[in-house]
Amino acid sequence: MGAGHAHRLYRHGHSPVHALPPHTKLAAVFAFVVVVVSTPREAMWAFGLYAVLLGVVAYVARVPARFLLKRLLIEVPFVAFAVLMPFVAEGERVEVLGMSLSVSGLWGAWNVLAKGTLGVAASVLLASTTELRELLLGLQRLKLPPLLVQIASFMIRYGDVITDEMRRMRIARESRGFEASGVRHWGVLAKSAGALFIRSYERGERVHLAMVSRGYAGSMPVIDEVTASRAQWSYALALPVTALVVCVVGWTL
Amino acid sequence: MDPVTASLEVTGLAFAYPDGHQALFGVDFSIARGERVALLGPNGAGKTTLVLHLNGILGGGVGSVKVAGLPVDKQHMAEIRRRVGIVFQDPDDQLFMPTVREDVAFGPAAAGLKGDELEARVRTALERVGMAEFAHRPPHHLSFGQRRRVAVATVLAMEPEILVLDEPSSNLDPASRRELADILRSLDVTVLMVTHDLPYALELCPRSLILSEGTIAADGKTAELLTDEELMRAHRLELPFGFDPRSVTMGA
Repeated sequence: MGAGHAHRLYRHGHSPVHALPPHTKLAAVFAFVVVVVSTPREAMWAFGLYAVLLGVVAYVARVPARFLLKRLLIEVPFVAFAVLMPFVAEGERVEVLGMSLSVSGLWGAWNVLAKGTLGVAASVLLASTTELRELLLGLQRLKLPPLLVQIASFMIRYGDVITDEMRRMRIARESRGFEASGVRHWGVLAKSAGALFIRSYERGERVHLAMVSRGYAGSMPVIDEVTASRAQWSYALALPVTALVVCVVGWTL
Repeated sequence: MDPVTASLEVTGLAFAYPDGHQALFGVDFSIARGERVALLGPNGAGKTTLVLHLNGILGGGVGSVKVAGLPVDKQHMAEIRRRVGIVFQDPDDQLFMPTVREDVAFGPAAAGLKGDELEARVRTALERVGMAEFAHRPPHHLSFGQRRRVAVATVLAMEPEILVLDEPSSNLDPASRRELADILRSLDVTVLMVTHDLPYALELCPRSLILSEGTIAADGKTAELLTDEELMRAHRLELPFGFDPRSVTMGA
């Protein structure tokens, strides 16, 4: 199955997590993130438990820790903001290593950092165990508007075609001695972008023609029916349900 | 070889684009079931316009098109599009689904086929073009020749009455060209092949039509048309350098 179109985040494997139907995984990750976000930030131990839960999932999915940690780096630009919070926030202050930090800022930073990291880790796990194509089927199954699913699937199909077209235009420009080196050349680049847009638009029309010629009448025919058994659902939902228990305990303590 | 109804029957077809440009001026021809016919003509002769009339993408002009006796009109559009399989020139336009299998399944699934029946249809179509082992590959990972073959399969999967190919040999290397010719010869469907590639037309199609300035200028045996130098010159058709149709012996 699926020798090709493995996206870079996907890690090929045959674990029980890989085998779960995509929509159950999507639902589970979404529910997990909601639970994590609604946990009180003071319950630090809860976040530790969530991390352990994700660790268990990664272990079952046979996703190595190194792989997971490397993918987590994507959140760095987003949490950079969190690091600033203790310095700029108002209110009561504490001394840490000779620096005056705001208490509420520290809590805020912790909140963003912990919840963000857990959310990203859950998404990375989803992406590394589910193929792009499957994700789309899952979204379709979860009743995402069909138009959005179609747009996403065309993006996957034509991303490479358009990148290639862009590359050919660049080569054509450079073959005629053009080198983008400053603001003065932005005009040329803008015209190339415009030409690319028109080419893509015309391709869109030709694709539509080809679709209509094969009986397309406004909605995509269902080719692959994805279904999940009760066991598969409960297997997938084990993660968010356990997390929910942790969350509820966090609120009551 | 005496088919009751022609696969394709075009009578008095004329068409002008909304901008006033008249592309077809009364086109008449008919193609019998099982025939392989080449449609030759210079650029701008109206070949593409004609092709788009065959499955009702364009219409509203004068004249009529019938596919296996069924008129091309609003009422029969779904059936017509199932019966007329058009293979467009750029396979990247034709193959729009994420995997080969889903692309081939698109047509039959749109026609309401499901489950095992659908799978069987997809498998047979891919086997006929020798691409069965590529079913789960995304189209952009295939070579150009392979993509063209898959494009043929997407149309075969609909079990069409007539296969219409727009420039089937364009951009193919000689080996892919020959492979495609072998596949086209092995099919038992009516074929209308729009092309500039005169040797390819001679190789595959016993009969040819020349479309020039919106009308059928000639209709006859491909070998005879290609050797009629005056006719060829009159319609801007030129044989490639060194190619002499008289020196070619045809098997079929």
